[in-house]
Amino acid sequence: MDVGDSIPELRVTPDRFLPHRYAGASGDFNPIHIDREFATQVGLPGNILHGLYGMALVARANAAAAGGDPRSLKRLSVQFRGMGLPEQEIVVTGTVTATDGDRATVDTVAEQAGKQIIKNAVAELRSP
Amino acid sequence: MPVDASAKGKQYPPFEYEVGREKIREYAQAVGEDNAVYFDRGAAKAAGLRDVPAPPMFAVVYSAGALGPAILDPEVGIDFARMVHGGQEFVWGEPVCSGDTITTVAECKDIFEKDGKGFYVFESVSTNQDGQEVVRGAWTNIVRGV
Repeated sequence: MDVGDSIPELRVTPDRFLPHRYAGASGDFNPIHIDREFATQVGLPGNILHGLYGMALVARANAAAAGGDPRSLKRLSVQFRGMGLPEQEIVVTGTVTATDGDRATVDTVAEQAGKQIIKNAVAELRSP
Repeated sequence: MPVDASAKGKQYPPFEYEVGREKIREYAQAVGEDNAVYFDRGAAKAAGLRDVPAPPMFAVVYSAGALGPAILDPEVGIDFARMVHGGQEFVWGEPVCSGDTITTVAECKDIFEKDGKGFYVFESVSTNQDGQEVVRGAWTNIVRGV
């Protein structure tokens, strides 16, 4: 990887029940993620995706760029912005901003319908 | 009204989590991982891993039990109706594999106010059964309108 390179784009459309499966897998059953009625009552457009699910997609895209080995992702920091919704495509893109030997730093964003849901994501990768 | 930062520095009891292969499978499927190492012990061993590894973000699964009591602590005093998860950082060390026992400790690292928002930063440190650090997390929760 060289400075200025893009990482392969990751496109995912979470289905309607993805938040329920992620809730079970992660243990986060906050009703804003799994109960559409509750979510709309508290002013949300519908039940929203877990922010940490979006972060997992950013982690996947970065690890994949380094060959897919889980040991290649050494650090990831993100800011959650806006909210993600099921049944809309998420696009994760990234650009290499620095390299040092077998290490690379990648600035990454996750967007949905043109709006960033994860911004200022910085990943540090190590080639296996 | 300034935020009450008196809980800054408070530490919480360790939380122990035993990592299982089927929980890794469930998590990996939920986040759409397709690398065979997460599903097949033979593929994991061929890749030089001790057993099926956890995807990096599985850190939230084994850390949650340590973070929960810290974030819910009345002494920290987060107003949940106005709270959002603002940011998250993980720094990974030794890989986590099926069969590992992970112990996580949490600390309320910082409480401060900026632009009319309260920032509550928690740190978690997770180690495996051999005492090796597997991940260090920084969890930032933001409360609007403090």
